[in-house]
Order: sequence, then structure tokens, then C-alpha cells
Amino acid sequence: MPTKTFAGTSVDVNDEGFFEDPTQWTKEMAPEIADEYGVPTPLTDRAWVVIDLMRSEYFDKGTGPTVRKISKLSDVTTKELFVLFPKGPAKLAAMVAGIPKPKGCI
Amino acid sequence: MTDSHPLPPAPIAAPIEKVSIIVSKGSLEGIYPALIMANGARNEGIEANLFFTFFGMDAIHKGRQDHIKVAAVGNPGLHMPTIAGVIPGASALITKYMEKQIEKQDFPDIHEFVEMIHDTGAGVYACLASVDLFGMEREDLIDDLDGIITVGDFYAMAAGGQIIFT
Repeated sequence: MPTKTFAGTSVDVNDEGFFEDPTQWTKEMAPEIADEYGVPTPLTDRAWVVIDLMRSEYFDKGTGPTVRKISKLSDVTTKELFVLFPKGPAKLAAMVAGIPKPKGCI
Repeated sequence: MTDSHPLPPAPIAAPIEKVSIIVSKGSLEGIYPALIMANGARNEGIEANLFFTFFGMDAIHKGRQDHIKVAAVGNPGLHMPTIAGVIPGASALITKYMEKQIEKQDFPDIHEFVEMIHDTGAGVYACLASVDLFGMEREDLIDDLDGIITVGDFYAMAAGGQIIFT
């Protein structure tokens, strides 16, 4: 299994780079993951709203939310999501939040 | 015997970076898949353009986009005799059923979906020939439209990407 090192700690990731074990993630890793995948840093409070939501939904439902779900569950609009995480918000927010890629077509 | 026609080496798959999707049909089953594909592309970080033409224009027509129906005739996927499709109200009934399913799945309706796709940064365009053909005005179409363009404009915009026709 591939590994990556963020904030000085080695973590297990899949071939795409998503965390295999979300409990290995720490807040300190988020900015480094963001830098690696082209997410604008420093991560703003608004980006953290999304990151926290990704994790709470994942631990609650077993999968992270899609773009539509994120905008329904928070006050972050679709437009803003594409500013915070330009190249695919749900995918990139999941990456930064240390959870697997969200499933869902819409 | 030696093989004189060896298979060519498998091409290296390059990731898709841009899709331009043409929506030409005005039925629910003609429009939804195109919207799902455009939205899905943006969510994967793929550039996307939607080009509405002919009856597909109904999806971006203010007065019509909330009244899109399932084709009840000539649609074997419905698994019912074609003759049943011509009964007055059949299309409305099937459409009601589909709309209920769509709502149950928490999918957006067409109106909201097009708006959402526009918000993802996808281009939403109408076909000039169709606007002329159907005698439409700019005001007849949704505010979120990025332009009424020619087929030439479309090809220029689609350059370097994949084109999907639905």
C-alpha cells in the first residue's frame, strides 16, 4: 500500500492519494495536503467549514458528501466551493480532510 | 505460424480535460443524462460546456424547463405496450412517477440542475440556428445562459476536448 508523509507522519493512501484510514489524519496535515493537490492555501475559515463537514459526514454516513450535498448541508454555495477547491470540490475537500473519495453522481 | 499482424501497442490513456455536451432532445430522459454528465465532469475538475439545440432548448427555456416530460411513445425502456403510451395523460402520469423518484433520490429538478451546473463554472450555451428556427428571443431563455452561439463558435470552444451528443 502506498504511503505519504504529511506533518512528519507517514499515512496509508490509495493509488489516487486518498487516505485509507481517516483516523490517521490530523489537522496539521491539511495545509500540506492542500499544497500538494493545488488547493489554495492558507486554508481559510470557509475552507475549514467544508473540511470539518467532510469528516463529520464521513464518520456519520460512511461516505463524504458530494458538491450538491455540501452546499445543502452548509452555507457554502456551489460557486464558493469551486473557489475554495477549484479542481473538483468534493474530491479535493475529501483529500484535504483525509477521507476516501465521496461516492455519488450528483 | 508467425503472426504477421501483431496488435498495435495499447495507447496510453490521457485523462479527459474538457467535454462539450450537446443536448438535442427535449424529453426528461434526453436532458437528465446530459446534465448529470456535465455536472459530474465539473466535480472531477474537468472543464465542461453544455450546448442546447433543437428540442433540447426546452431545458433552458424559462416557460418550458419546468414542464419537461418523459416520452411515452416509442420508448421501449418503459416496458409497456406502445399503444398505452398514446392514451391521453400517459406521458404526464409517467413523468409524475419519474419526478417523484427523482425527488426521492434528492436529485435536483431541471431548473435547479442547470443553475447549479452554471454555478460550477460550466458554460451554458444556446444554438443560434434553433433560436431562429423556433422564433425565440433572448428573454425567453434562462438568465444563466452564457450566450447564443453558432455551430462554428461551438466547435472553436470544444477544440481540444471530447464532444458528447445526446
